[in-house]
Amino acid sequence: MNLWRQPGFWPSFLLVFLSGLVVLVLRQDTLRETAFTVLMFIGLASSLNILMGYTGYVNFGHIVFFGLGGYFGFFLVSEMGWPVYLAALGGGVLSSILAYIIGAAVLRLRGAYFALATIGVNEAARAFVSNFEPFGGSTGLYVNFSAYDRYGGAGQALWFTFILLWLVVLAVIVVSYLVKRSRFGLGLSAIREDEDTAMVMGVNAPLDKTKAFLISAFFPGLIGTLYFFKNGNVEPDDAFRFQMSLEILVMVMLGGKGLLLGPIVGAFAYERLRGYLLTSVIFKNLHLATSGLVLLLIVLFVPGGGVGWLRERFPKLRRWLE
Amino acid sequence: MILQVQEVSKRFGGLQALLDVNFELAEGQIMGLIGPNGAGKTTLFNVINGVYPPTEGQVIFRGEKITGLPSYEVARRGLARAHQVVRPLNDLTVRENVMVGACFGRERHSRSSAASLADQALTQVGLIDRADQFALSLNVAQKKRLELARALAARPYLLLLDEVLAGLNPSEIAGMMETIRTIRDQGFTILMIEHIMQAVMSISDQIIVLDYGQLIAGGNPQEVANNPKVIEAYLGDPEMTARLLAE
Repeated sequence: MNLWRQPGFWPSFLLVFLSGLVVLVLRQDTLRETAFTVLMFIGLASSLNILMGYTGYVNFGHIVFFGLGGYFGFFLVSEMGWPVYLAALGGGVLSSILAYIIGAAVLRLRGAYFALATIGVNEAARAFVSNFEPFGGSTGLYVNFSAYDRYGGAGQALWFTFILLWLVVLAVIVVSYLVKRSRFGLGLSAIREDEDTAMVMGVNAPLDKTKAFLISAFFPGLIGTLYFFKNGNVEPDDAFRFQMSLEILVMVMLGGKGLLLGPIVGAFAYERLRGYLLTSVIFKNLHLATSGLVLLLIVLFVPGGGVGWLRERFPKLRRWLE
Repeated sequence: MILQVQEVSKRFGGLQALLDVNFELAEGQIMGLIGPNGAGKTTLFNVINGVYPPTEGQVIFRGEKITGLPSYEVARRGLARAHQVVRPLNDLTVRENVMVGACFGRERHSRSSAASLADQALTQVGLIDRADQFALSLNVAQKKRLELARALAARPYLLLLDEVLAGLNPSEIAGMMETIRTIRDQGFTILMIEHIMQAVMSISDQIIVLDYGQLIAGGNPQEVANNPKVIEAYLGDPEMTARLLAE
């Protein structure tokens, strides 16, 4: 398949590509920080989408891979002195290995039982890391300032990290699209719709959903390493925020689950909404309640999310809005 | 023999769903599987295609023991199935539904060749003009045809059809029977569960009868129709009926 000839691929890819490019051209620090957050959520939401949207397994513990992968990557940078891009890869690989182990246990469950189990995994991971001395226990780890020298000082390191994140998120988009349009992706859709029937039709469901879980978990590990490296420290309460898992889930639902463009639009929209809520006088203490309400309204009235709604409303746009 | 079922038993807790079932199916034939409700017909299908393993006995498909293999392994070896309760993949289009069959069936096509194979199967069952609709939007008769197209697109050696005629009106039944005959003429072997007697009698080469989990009769349609055990299973004991009527 020639990726460059696919109309469904371009809107998503260009959106992410251009939003990174604008930041690099303007070179403003505040804009970079905002863009970092948005891109990070696009990456997290899109990778969650591979499991949740394509395969139909709602994962409340996606942030575990961000946290544990990020912790491990950060450990490689701060304690082992690895360059950040290699450390990020290490974090991603560790996340996938963890997904394999966790998946062996929880992927046997379906529907609400799977979702409940993933909540437990998040809490277990936080408890584990809080007591794991090599990762600094409950105080976490700090990066030695000299680690930034390799990239020409702290200021340069932040730009370097931003570019890495941008590339990782572009990779998430490419991989998401390739998975969606492949035979493997068709099998995942079949699993989502009816797992038993899919198996009767020849889909190796246990293997395919494990693969989807591994791919879905790989990117949060990369992104986590970059995020903590940018922050300069990592601690359990920052790495395993259950609230963040929920927010990623809302983004996927808001934009449209199972669609390439969905999580991207969802992440943009949610970040705008959150920015507004956090600064408004009335809502600043209620922003999580509001996102809960948003989720409720979407599930009730627009189950396909924003992009899904557009697809339904304007069938002619469908080939562009995959 | 394309399929050999040897001394298959299946127990669910205290319920003996199948007991010592034996039969063989030759290549290129249509075999009808009949029996009263609850006789274990669908259970037998589930055991054959690996939805669950038998408690005892063997299933041999094209000379290979497939007992206890998971259903996706069985499908890969060339055994496809159309369900009694239609189970379309609702959020996929009709074409994508059928492509799943082609992609993951015996020949394991790539996505692009699966699409053309799917269109072929949809033409054959008369559903091609619905190819781009979502499966959710089909009516029951169309969903039954979709089940059939999905199974066909897998290009199986053996097709298991579970009541594909149930719920159809007489003209739809006639159309579907015609489709099944053409499928048979293309060399597919078919094992079908069917309740509509007239249909199954006219289309089958062989018929086997299941009652309370046991095979009580087998043979060509004529023999089976005149077998007193079969009549008893369906209508009750004829002598008893005669006696009661006489009183």
